[in-house]
Amino acid sequence: MSANDKRDPDEVETTGHQWDGIEEYNNPLPRWWLWTFYACILYALVYMVLYPAWPLVKSATPGLLGYSTRENVEKEIQKVAEMNADLVAQLESVELDMEAIRADDALYNYAVQGGDAVFKTYCAQCHGSGAAGVQASGYPSLIDPDWLWGGTLEEIYYTVTHGIRNEDDPDARWSQMPAFGDDYLTDEEIDSVVQYVRQISGQEHDAALASAGETVFLDNCAACHMEDGTGDRYQGAPNLTDAIWLYGGDVETLTETVRYARFGIMPSHAERLSEAERRAVAVYVHTRGGGE
Amino acid sequence: MSSTDQPPDRLYSAREPIFPRRVSGKFRNLKWWIMAVTLGIYYLTPWIRWDRGPNMPDQAVLIDLANRRFFFFWIEIWPHEFYFVAGLLIMAGLGLFLFTSALGRVWCGYTCPQTVWTDLFILVERWVEGDRNKRVRLWNAKWDGRKTRLRLTKWMLWLLIAVGTGGAWVFYFADAPTLLWNLVTLQAHPVAYTTILVLTLTTFAFGGLMREQVCIYMCPWPRIQAAMMDEDTITIGYRDWRGEPRGKHRKAAGAEVLGDCIDCYACVNVCPMGIDIRDGQQLACITCGLCIDACDEVMEKIGKPRGLVDYIALSDEARERAGHAPKPIWKHVFRFRTILYTVLWAAVGVGLVVALFIRSEIDLTVSPVRNPIYVTLPDGSIRNVYEVRVRNKFGEDRWFQIGVTPNDVFSVQVEGAETGLVSVPPDASELQRVYVVAPAGSDAATAPRTELRIWLHDIEGDDRAFADTVFNGTGTGK
Repeated sequence: MSANDKRDPDEVETTGHQWDGIEEYNNPLPRWWLWTFYACILYALVYMVLYPAWPLVKSATPGLLGYSTRENVEKEIQKVAEMNADLVAQLESVELDMEAIRADDALYNYAVQGGDAVFKTYCAQCHGSGAAGVQASGYPSLIDPDWLWGGTLEEIYYTVTHGIRNEDDPDARWSQMPAFGDDYLTDEEIDSVVQYVRQISGQEHDAALASAGETVFLDNCAACHMEDGTGDRYQGAPNLTDAIWLYGGDVETLTETVRYARFGIMPSHAERLSEAERRAVAVYVHTRGGGE
Repeated sequence: MSSTDQPPDRLYSAREPIFPRRVSGKFRNLKWWIMAVTLGIYYLTPWIRWDRGPNMPDQAVLIDLANRRFFFFWIEIWPHEFYFVAGLLIMAGLGLFLFTSALGRVWCGYTCPQTVWTDLFILVERWVEGDRNKRVRLWNAKWDGRKTRLRLTKWMLWLLIAVGTGGAWVFYFADAPTLLWNLVTLQAHPVAYTTILVLTLTTFAFGGLMREQVCIYMCPWPRIQAAMMDEDTITIGYRDWRGEPRGKHRKAAGAEVLGDCIDCYACVNVCPMGIDIRDGQQLACITCGLCIDACDEVMEKIGKPRGLVDYIALSDEARERAGHAPKPIWKHVFRFRTILYTVLWAAVGVGLVVALFIRSEIDLTVSPVRNPIYVTLPDGSIRNVYEVRVRNKFGEDRWFQIGVTPNDVFSVQVEGAETGLVSVPPDASELQRVYVVAPAGSDAATAPRTELRIWLHDIEGDDRAFADTVFNGTGTGK
C-alpha cells in the first residue's frame, strides 16, 4: 500500500487458488503482525516460568512469583472479615431485641444476610433451605407463628445455642413424652383420645369416642398439653388445637404418636457457631414470618 | 480449485511510511469542523455540571459503576433499565447501516475516532516537521541533532494528547473535578491510573505509529460494510473516461490526445491511507474526500472542470461513461434500503423516547417466594410470601404504603413494619418481605392459583405503581 504502488491486477501475485474464476491475491502479512505473534509466544513462555502452569500429580508447577488463587481467596475472606469486624462486635453486644437490631440498618442487614448464610450451611439439612421444615417428619417449620419452645428472638437464640433433647449440652431444652402404648393406656383408650384430639383441632371425628377420650386426655395429656390442648412452651408440648402438625394430624399418625411417643433432637450449636453467627441466624429465623 | 507449487516471494512486509500532504478544500474544512466538534464533545462533556439536588451527583454525564447508576443530564438509568442502553446501541448500529448504505464509509472517513485522532496526530506532525516533502527528507536523513530534536518534540506532543485522551476517559466514571485533584495529588485509585496508562499507550500507538494499519488489518468494520453497500451507494471514484489517458507533458505530446488527468499525484500525496484512488474503489479507502479536494485544486489551476475524482455512485459510472447525465444525489440516497433503515431506526428511537416518558419515579418488582409455595398458619389460613423490591428514584427519602388487590380477600403484612409503611432512602431500593394471607377455607386459600396485584403507594407524592403476581393456594378445593 505504498504511495507509488500502482496495483495492476496482472502484476499482483495470487495464491493460485481459484473459485469459479475468482482468484485470491497473495498480499504479504504486515511485519508488525509477525512481531506481535512472536511477542505472544515470548509472553506465554515468561508466564509459564512466573505463574503456576504445568499440571503435575499433586499440584501445578508453582511459578517463581508464588501466585496462588487459594491464598488470594483466603486473603479476600480475611479482608471481608476485617471490614465486618465492627458489625460483628456490635452484633455480639447488642441487646437481643428486634427493635434494637432494626434500629441500625447496617447491623440488621448484616444479621439477616449473615444469618441466611449460616442457615443454609447448618440448618437447611433438617429445616429445609426455605425454613419450612419437613412436614410430617418432625422437622418443624420455622416460618409460621406456631412455636414449640418460643418464637421471640431470645428464645430462638437459646434454642439455636443449646439445641433440643441432646446429650451434649446440659442446658439443652428437654422434655419427654411417655409412650402411652407401654402399659399406660389400653388400645380403646388410645383410640378415644385420638378422636378427642381430632375434635379439638376441628377435624372429622367420632363424637362418641371423642367424649370418652376427653377424660383420657385430661388424666394423661393435660399435664403437658394443658386442659384445653393448646400446649405448653415451657415443656415444648405442641398446641394440638391448631392446623399445624409436627408429625401429622390423621388418625393413623396420631395413634402412632400416642402409642410410641416422639423424641425430636436438635444438636447444640454453642461450639459449632460463633456468638455472632448464632445471633445472626436467630435474627434470620425471626424475620422469616413467624417471629414474635 | 487449483494450486501452483511456487512459493510466494515474501511472506511479511514492513509498513511503508505515508506522508500525507496538506490540502485545503470543502471536504477538508468539513473534516476540521467534525474533528473540533467530536473532540470537543469528548474532552468537555465530563465537565458539564447538572444540578440534581443535595443527595445526587452534579455531573451531567456520569457512569457511576460503584453505585450502578448512569446519569445523562435529566435522565437516570438504573441497572434494570439497561434496555435503554441496548436500544441506543441498536440505534447506533442501524444508524451506521443507514449511513453506510447511503454514503459508503462516511463513518470511517469523518467521525471514526481512529480517523479523528490520526488526523490530529498528522496535524501535529506537520506542525513540528513540516509538510510532505520535508517529512520525507527527514525520514531519509541520518539521525542527527535536528532529527532527534524534531522527533522528540513530535513524540512529546503526541504523548500529551494521548495522556489527555486517556485522562478524559476516566472522568466519565467519577466526579471530574474531584478525580482530577486526586490524580494530580497521586491519591486516585490505581484503576484510574492504569486506565489512563493503557489508553495513553493505545492512543499513541494507533494515532502515531499504526494509523492506516488499524483500518486495513485490525478493524472488522470495513469487511462488514461491504455487505451494506450496493451500486447506488455514494463512494469515491475516479472518472477515468474523462481522465485517461493520463500524462504530464501535454504540449510535447502533440498528436496524442490526453485526458484531464495530468498524473500529478496530488490525490495520492494527500491520501492518509497511502492509496491511489485512480485504481478504483478499494478496501483501504476510507472515503475521507481529501483526494477530491486535492484534485479539484489542480483542475482549477489547469482550467478544467472539478470532479475528476469525486463522490460518485457505481451505477452512475456506467451511465456517465455512456454519455448520459448521472442520477441526482437524492435518488441514490432515497431508496428502499435506506428508507427501511430509517424507519427501523426511528421506530427504535420513538420506542425509547416513549419508554423514557412513561416510566415512573417509583417502581417495584415482585418475586414470589416458592420455597415453600405457601405456609399454613395455625388458624388454617394460607400465607404466601413475596420479596418486593421497592425503588425510589427521587432525590429524597420516601414513605411507601404496600397494599394488594383484591383487598377484601387478602390481608397484607410487611416484615418489620406493622403499619405496612416502608421508608426508602433517596435514589435507592429496598427489599421487603411481604406476607399476604387468605382466610381459611376461602376461594383463594383452596384454589391452586389466584391473580394478585401488589400496589406501591407513594404517600407524599400520591403516586402509585403496581406489579401483578399470583397467590398459591393449597389446590385442594373446598
